[in-house]
Amino acid sequence: MKNENLYNYILGIADNSLILGQRMGELCGHGPSLETDIACTNISLDLFGQVRSYFQYASKIAGDGRSEDDIAMLRKEREYKNVLLVEQPNTDFAYTLGRQFLFDVYHLAFLKELQKSTDLTLSAIANKCVKEVSYHERFSSDWVKRLGDGTEESKQKMQDAINDLWAYTDELFHQTDADKVMVIEGIGVDVTKLKDSYYKEVSQVLEEATLQVPESKYFQKGGKQGIHTEHLGYLLNDLQYMQRTYPNMEW
Amino acid sequence: MTSTEQNIEERLLSILEQVSDPEIPVLSIMDMGVVRSAIVENNIVKVQITPTYSGCPAMDVIGDDIKKALKDAGYESEIELILHPAWTTDWITPRGRKALEDYGIAAPLDAEADKDVLLNNKRIVKCTNCGSQNTRLVSQFGSTACKAQFQCDECQEPFDYFKCLK
Repeated sequence: MKNENLYNYILGIADNSLILGQRMGELCGHGPSLETDIACTNISLDLFGQVRSYFQYASKIAGDGRSEDDIAMLRKEREYKNVLLVEQPNTDFAYTLGRQFLFDVYHLAFLKELQKSTDLTLSAIANKCVKEVSYHERFSSDWVKRLGDGTEESKQKMQDAINDLWAYTDELFHQTDADKVMVIEGIGVDVTKLKDSYYKEVSQVLEEATLQVPESKYFQKGGKQGIHTEHLGYLLNDLQYMQRTYPNMEW
Repeated sequence: MTSTEQNIEERLLSILEQVSDPEIPVLSIMDMGVVRSAIVENNIVKVQITPTYSGCPAMDVIGDDIKKALKDAGYESEIELILHPAWTTDWITPRGRKALEDYGIAAPLDAEADKDVLLNNKRIVKCTNCGSQNTRLVSQFGSTACKAQFQCDECQEPFDYFKCLK
C-alpha cells in the first residue's frame, strides 16, 4: 500500500467510533428509560455515520478492492486499533455514561485539532463530526453530574465507574508509529498535547458532580497496538456475526 | 471542495423541490438545504448533496428519490455525497422553518439560545401546538439524530425541537 501510515492512522480514529458505537447500540431497547435509550442509540448512529466517512476514505487509500464494510466487519481482533476504554462493557448505566464522558472530552478536543489537518478529507470529516460530538459531550457530562450529585446510590455507582475506567484514560494520549509520521506531515493530531487540558476539563466536571478525581497512576494500554481486553472478542462476535455467517450478504 | 453557495440550474429547481425529506415529508430537500449543486453536464445531471448528520439514514433514500424525480423529468443523474462545507441549520429556508413548525417540529434557535434550552436553563422554545414558551426539555436526543424532545407545560403537548447545528 502506498500510504500505509495514513491508512493505519484513519483506522485508529475510526475504530474508536466503531467500537463505542457498537457498545452504545447494545442499549437499543435496553436503556433505563425510553428517552435515554433513544439518546444512546442516537449517539451510536452518529458514531457509525462518522465511521462510514472514515472507512470510505480508508477504502480509497487501500485501493485493493476492500470496501468500507470489509474494513469494518472482516478484520480480526488483533487488527482493531481502538483504545481499551471504548470496548469496556456496559456494566451499568453509570459505566456506560462514564465511559462515554471520558471518551467524549477527548474526542471533542481531538476533532477540533483534526479540523486543522492538511488532509482535506480528514479536516472535512472532522468539521462535520465536531458538531455532533459536542452534543454527545454535553449529554454525557450532564449525566455524570446528575448521577454524581444525585442520590447516595447513584453517586457511589458513578464514582465506581470513574475509578474503574480511569485506568484506560492515559492510553488516549499515547502516540503510535503512524501517529508520529502523520503529525510530522501536518495530517495528524499530536495527542500528547491534549493530555493536560483533558485531565483539567474532566476534573472540573467531576468536581461539579461532587465526585472524587481518581489519584491512581496505574494505567492500562495496548488497544492501539491491537492488544485488547477480553471484552473486545465478545463485542466483535456480535458485530461480525452476520458477515461471518453469511459472507457478502447485503442488507 | 465547494463553496457555501448553492449552485443549482434554474430548470432543475422545480424538479428538486418536489423531492421531500423522507423523515419530515412536509419539507422539500431544497428547503432543507441538503442539495448543494445540480448541474447538467453532457446530458447527465450531477447532483451534490450533503448530510445533515453523518449517520443520517435518510441520505441514501434522498439520493434515490432525486434520481427518480430527475428520471421522471427525462434526466439521467449522478449523486455525489459531499462533507464540506458541513451542513448547518442556517441553510433551512424560511419556508422550510415554517413547514417544520406547521408539522409540529419547533424550528432551531440560534446557537447560544440552543445551548441554553438543551441544558434546560431557559424556557424559550415555543410549543408548536399552543405557542406557549412554558416548555421543558425531555431529552437532548429525539426520534431522529437532528431533534430533541420537548414537552409543553401549558397544553401538555409533547413535541420535537430541531436542534441548532453550526
